[in-house]
Amino acid sequence: MAGMNLWQQLITYFMQNGMYVLQQFGRHFLISIYGVLLAAIVGIPLGIFISRYRKLSSTVVGLANVIQTIPSLAMLSILMLGLGLGVNTVIVTVFLYSLLPILKNTYTGMQNVNKDVIDAGKGIGMTSWQRLYYVELPLSMSVIMAGLRNALVLAIGITAIGSFVGAGGLGDIIIRGTNATDGGAIILAGALPTALMAIIADGVLGFLEHRLDPSSKKVKN
Amino acid sequence: MLISLQHLRKEYPGGKVAVEDVSVDINAGDFVCFIGTSGSGKTTTLRMINRMINPTSGKILLNDEDVTKMDPVKLRRKLGYVIQDVGLMPHMTIRDNITLVPKLLKWSKEKRAQRAEKLIKLAQLPTEFLDRYPSELSGGQQQRIGVVRAFAANQDIILMDEPFGALDPITRESLQDLVLDLQKRLGKTFIFVTHDMDEALRLATKIVIMSEGKIVQMDSPDNILKHPKNDFVKHLIGEDRLIQARPSVTTVGQIMLKAPISISENASLHRALQTMHEKRVDTLLVTDDEDHLVGVLDIEQLDLGYHRKRPVSEVMNREIYFVHESSIIRDSVNRILKLGYRNIPVINQAGKLVGIVTRATLVDMVYDALWGQEDSGDDAVPELKNAVTAQQKKDTIAPAKGALDD
Repeated sequence: MAGMNLWQQLITYFMQNGMYVLQQFGRHFLISIYGVLLAAIVGIPLGIFISRYRKLSSTVVGLANVIQTIPSLAMLSILMLGLGLGVNTVIVTVFLYSLLPILKNTYTGMQNVNKDVIDAGKGIGMTSWQRLYYVELPLSMSVIMAGLRNALVLAIGITAIGSFVGAGGLGDIIIRGTNATDGGAIILAGALPTALMAIIADGVLGFLEHRLDPSSKKVKN
Repeated sequence: MLISLQHLRKEYPGGKVAVEDVSVDINAGDFVCFIGTSGSGKTTTLRMINRMINPTSGKILLNDEDVTKMDPVKLRRKLGYVIQDVGLMPHMTIRDNITLVPKLLKWSKEKRAQRAEKLIKLAQLPTEFLDRYPSELSGGQQQRIGVVRAFAANQDIILMDEPFGALDPITRESLQDLVLDLQKRLGKTFIFVTHDMDEALRLATKIVIMSEGKIVQMDSPDNILKHPKNDFVKHLIGEDRLIQARPSVTTVGQIMLKAPISISENASLHRALQTMHEKRVDTLLVTDDEDHLVGVLDIEQLDLGYHRKRPVSEVMNREIYFVHESSIIRDSVNRILKLGYRNIPVINQAGKLVGIVTRATLVDMVYDALWGQEDSGDDAVPELKNAVTAQQKKDTIAPAKGALDD
């Protein structure tokens, strides 16, 4: 490797370890997705619930805020005490961090649905569930999606730190680079795909968010 | 009795009484307007009917069935509901919006599609609108959709909560026409909340005036205009309308000049000229064999197309303005003044010519109104004088069509 510049080293690394990087990429992505999905399964219904019982909202959102203030490395260490080393600890960490953006956006989205539309829905004879399904959810979907987008980008960053508790993912490659002498190329080999993943996730969910925005509804020519 | 409100009372926690002892009976086909100032309890009363608000005490009977014992969701699907802010679902097409209630009632897709086509026609909007989204329609068009949505599942009773309050006067008037048309054509029962007295007088068969949660007066529009119960009602109606009240119930048939000068469409132009000369007029109303009004002939047209044997039907003007003998004089006066005609033919239900209203007739009427007011010394007299001068001015600039009966 000596004699090559940083970019040549990076290319050589990708050529020799391409499959390995791809494998870690997939693993990294899945850890983030699992964490966010779990958070969505809990966060969206909870957000809907606190939008119906608004007295609970400050308590629940406050709690999620407190979780957010704990540094991620500290959170990983604390959870490791209970869950041990491995991928589960990272998924739970991602879950806890994703909860706030999803919960908060669901709550805000539901609060922002035009009250007249809900009143009309009730007045023409929709049950509470039909109102949720036909009116409130479709109208708040873009805001909920924005929460998911925030959460996923955050999760990809947190998963990179997850390799400290032995979860694998692209963080492994980065740590290996920091441990090697002159490991700049290896650090990049881990960091660039991580950044790419975050950008793609942001772009795709941003697109979905726009598509689901009810104010963008127009006849397509 | 279709709907019967019996001693309704609504008291909110904290002791604020919104509605107190309201009893109203509503028959099928009625158009009932609740009118009052803000906080008079009119909207609360309306919302108790479809149980958006539950009464503290009292009963609401719908076909002799107590609505408080019915499932609110099923009840609301039977009652059309239109609110001021339209409340169309922004994420659904117009088609999905108007067939929302049928969808909730689980109608088949074909039946819903048919219904959508029919409803958009009722709303007097083009069929292409079905595939648009509400944001692509103007406020008035959206409310047209809001109105027909209330009919989507053949509801017989339509509740309307200040539906046209946010619209400009011209759009509002066209929507009032739509609602009146639907009421006459489909025979629905309307319960309508408004704070606009003109709207109530125009639409209602029965007006319920409310103040501070109680009914002040409940009667037909004419009776309320003729016999306002107290100063509150007088104030709400407004002095102007009270003065207008007398002519407002007079129909065109009562003031028109009978036996207008007319000619058959088959008569020759020579004959027409003779008639004009004999009766000393410059315009003739043209009728067919059964006295139906078909056109007008004035001296200019006759002069231009003159030929002895030529029939009147070939040169007459078929674009004619007319009024029905049963229409209210107030509306017709406006039309005559706006159009600037010096006279306007009057027809009956069958389209037969029965009379004519001229500007001279209107002067008589305004003069009568003036005369009637003079002894009471009301401050509205100058206003009426202005109306007279306005008419004289209009007369001078009106197109020289010539009057029939001068």
